Amino acid sequence: MAAYRTIIAVAVLLAVALALPFTVPTYYVQFASKVLIMGILAMALNLVVGFGGLVSLCHAAFFGLGGYALALATPKYDPASFFVSFPFAVGSAALAALIIGALALRTRGVYFIMVTLAFGEMLFFLFHDTAIAGGSDGTFINYKPEVAIAGTMLLDLDRPLVFYFAVLTCLLATIALLTMLVRSPFGHALAAARDNERRARSLGFPIFRLRLTAFVISGAIAGVAGYLAAAQFGYVAPQMLGWHLSATVLVMVLIGGLRSVAGPLIGAFVLLGLEEVLKTATEYWKLIEGLVVIAIVLALPDGMRHLLIAAFGPANDDTPTVTSVAEAKHV
Amino acid sequence: MSEAGHSQTVSLQAISLSKHFGGLSAVADVSLDVHSDEIHAVIGPNGAGKSTLINLLSGDMQASAGAIMLDGRNVTRLAAERRAGAGMGRSYQKTTIFQQSSVYQNVRLAAQAHSKAPLRMFGSAMSDVAVNDAAHAALVRTGLASRAAMPANKLSHGEQRQLEIAMVLATGPRIILLDEPLAGMGLQEARRIVDLIASLREGHAVLLVEHDMDAVFELADRLTVMQDGRVIASGLPGEVRTDPAVRAAYLGAHGGADGGAA
Amino acid sequence: MDLATFGVQLLNAIQYGMVLFLVASGLTLVFGILGVINLAHGTFYMLGAYMAYGIAAATGSFWLALIGGMAIAFVAGLALENVFIRRLYGRDHLAQVLLSFGLILVLDDIRQVVFGKDVHSVAPPAFLSGSIQLTDNMSYPVYRLALCGFCLAIAAAIFLVVQRTKVGMVIRAGAENREMTRALGIGFDQINRYVFATGIALAALGGILVSPISTVFPGMGDGMLILSFVVIVVGGIGSIAGAAIGALLIGLTDTFGKVFFPNISSVLIYVLMAGVLLWRPNGILGRREA
Repeated sequence: MAAYRTIIAVAVLLAVALALPFTVPTYYVQFASKVLIMGILAMALNLVVGFGGLVSLCHAAFFGLGGYALALATPKYDPASFFVSFPFAVGSAALAALIIGALALRTRGVYFIMVTLAFGEMLFFLFHDTAIAGGSDGTFINYKPEVAIAGTMLLDLDRPLVFYFAVLTCLLATIALLTMLVRSPFGHALAAARDNERRARSLGFPIFRLRLTAFVISGAIAGVAGYLAAAQFGYVAPQMLGWHLSATVLVMVLIGGLRSVAGPLIGAFVLLGLEEVLKTATEYWKLIEGLVVIAIVLALPDGMRHLLIAAFGPANDDTPTVTSVAEAKHV
Repeated sequence: MSEAGHSQTVSLQAISLSKHFGGLSAVADVSLDVHSDEIHAVIGPNGAGKSTLINLLSGDMQASAGAIMLDGRNVTRLAAERRAGAGMGRSYQKTTIFQQSSVYQNVRLAAQAHSKAPLRMFGSAMSDVAVNDAAHAALVRTGLASRAAMPANKLSHGEQRQLEIAMVLATGPRIILLDEPLAGMGLQEARRIVDLIASLREGHAVLLVEHDMDAVFELADRLTVMQDGRVIASGLPGEVRTDPAVRAAYLGAHGGADGGAA
Repeated sequence: MDLATFGVQLLNAIQYGMVLFLVASGLTLVFGILGVINLAHGTFYMLGAYMAYGIAAATGSFWLALIGGMAIAFVAGLALENVFIRRLYGRDHLAQVLLSFGLILVLDDIRQVVFGKDVHSVAPPAFLSGSIQLTDNMSYPVYRLALCGFCLAIAAAIFLVVQRTKVGMVIRAGAENREMTRALGIGFDQINRYVFATGIALAALGGILVSPISTVFPGMGDGMLILSFVVIVVGGIGSIAGAAIGALLIGLTDTFGKVFFPNISSVLIYVLMAGVLLWRPNGILGRREA
């Protein structure tokens, strides 16, 4: 039963995602692109938070690096080549994740949170306080990247419809990659280290290497999301790397549920939808959003899962091990 | 028992091992060796440093001084997971398992850790035939096969201890360190574990820390007695039992030990 | 650099480190005793500065601002503990991070409603507003010197309370072994509440004290939160002495970094943190995990 339900739900969602750009105004297509991009970021973060049990507060920095890489690779009067700028963006984010992860993973629990936050802010200040790419003002990206081989344009990303489908493709690829990882021996080992680090270690799992690998993959995917976001808005600013965004994405992860690969996508939709509504309703939308975040933490520790279970009954859960990051409660 | 005791292959060796916490020496200048096909028991009153010794041997703690040799190779500075990879398996005094996972998943993870590609990033973890076979064999050997689908936290205390030993077995170790496997166990459960440990002698080097003297004298081929972090006696159970220092320091307080089965 | 300039920079570094210590000690106390990581700590530093501005503008008295601001922060801390924070005891870090992030959003907008988002400055009390002439062309503001003295007094008071009093003993026991102290059934509800409120009041105090020597602006809380984290990571969590060492190191690194390496000064403290992480992952005075 549950399996059928999952298949039907996925089919319906996919059909909606495919039909959407043909049925709604451009503004909503762009909003949908934004949701999908933040969904990619939130799913990437969840590999570390939900499956790895590590609360990272620097993923916005990897996201921002991906965006800045595109900005730096794009000449003033020409588009950047996708095939150059994209690997550059992903590589930069991955390298930053490797260095920050190698240092931060020497610590545990609350230390890890503080260290990731601090190193993330270091990158923020690096772009904020220096003249790189416009300093605190940020910089415009005048042209979307060009997907062309030997002068032949393959995709015209300037068209919102094409861009949307490009983002959707990246999203599906991310879901596929993360699903594969989570179900693989690697994913099981990662979850084992989350559930009981001591036992995982004494069984012979190399905890540091496991977590660092997950951290780097997660950072690289965050870079993909940042690249897409920068391409969509044609603009990058230091706020893109700031920890407020990291925390916001963590909220998405919590809303969507820590135990599923695609859950954070739902979290992104819910939170961005909420922001969209609140922004038109009141100047003090952040106050309301803050109260909603507090309410979610206190009332729905399992995120939307709680509501979904209340509505549809428990779903078939095939994720490897089932425990929240509660194991990592105290240092 | 005596036959096994004659084996000459030293699998695990501690040489003048010490561990200081601040000014306190939890383990001081301890040397012992564990042969393959042998159960070597370490006994001593609470606070004698037995658990610390196991933690040093397993790599959960780093030694302040001394050396640890595993099959003749110096592993003193090797991390715990690397020692596990080199064939060392251990249980903890406080049950250390994946509480939220199924019994099967617990042993499967243990087997996975020692499979050909423990961190493969593609393909389902659940469908590796060799891993599944090893996991299943460990469950059968420990008598937990009927519990495979149960969440580990729903097992009885004794079954959880069994599960921990099953996990150690699933890693296919040559050296097994057991830290008070009988702690908090009922008579029947204890009997089952004692038989299980006895069956581990063949093919393994077993280091056993245990308070239950009946079990110790039933199982041990050799004995080391610790007090205040030091070794005060070592040898065959019969010799140790009659050692005056041991009687004074330790066995005297446990009159029941003289009625042991050895 | 001549001796006088060096002396002035040294004073600046110490004074900066002192303020860092006040704020970070509040954060480390709250984590050490309550086991709660409070991201809204920096927000109270910012609110302290805005309250100082608001009260001083309304009454013309810096002293009223100092006492009033701390009192309001303390009461707000008691209320927050009662309504929100107590629900976080024993919850995982993710819940703590996100709840306090929610608080930041709420408090930031409350600041927006009450004070707006303008940048302000606060006049120091009249008798501290002068400067001391050091050399012919170099002077040092009296307020900064007074600030050093005042912070030292507060730091001494914190050390006395933690090292010498019964409450301090419970606090130290809690920081060393939270579970055990809990098991002993020491009256934690009360202590929790007052520790949290004191932590908040220390953050606000930091903000109030710097308001006469730096601008008061909305983003100042974020910067201070990060700095406090760096201080704690460097010094070791839950340790007041660690916070003091960390704060002084950061103060020195930042101040002299700006003098000697102006181009990369903003990155230096993170390099320091990275170095400490490589050397002692649990901080200089942090406990090694067993």
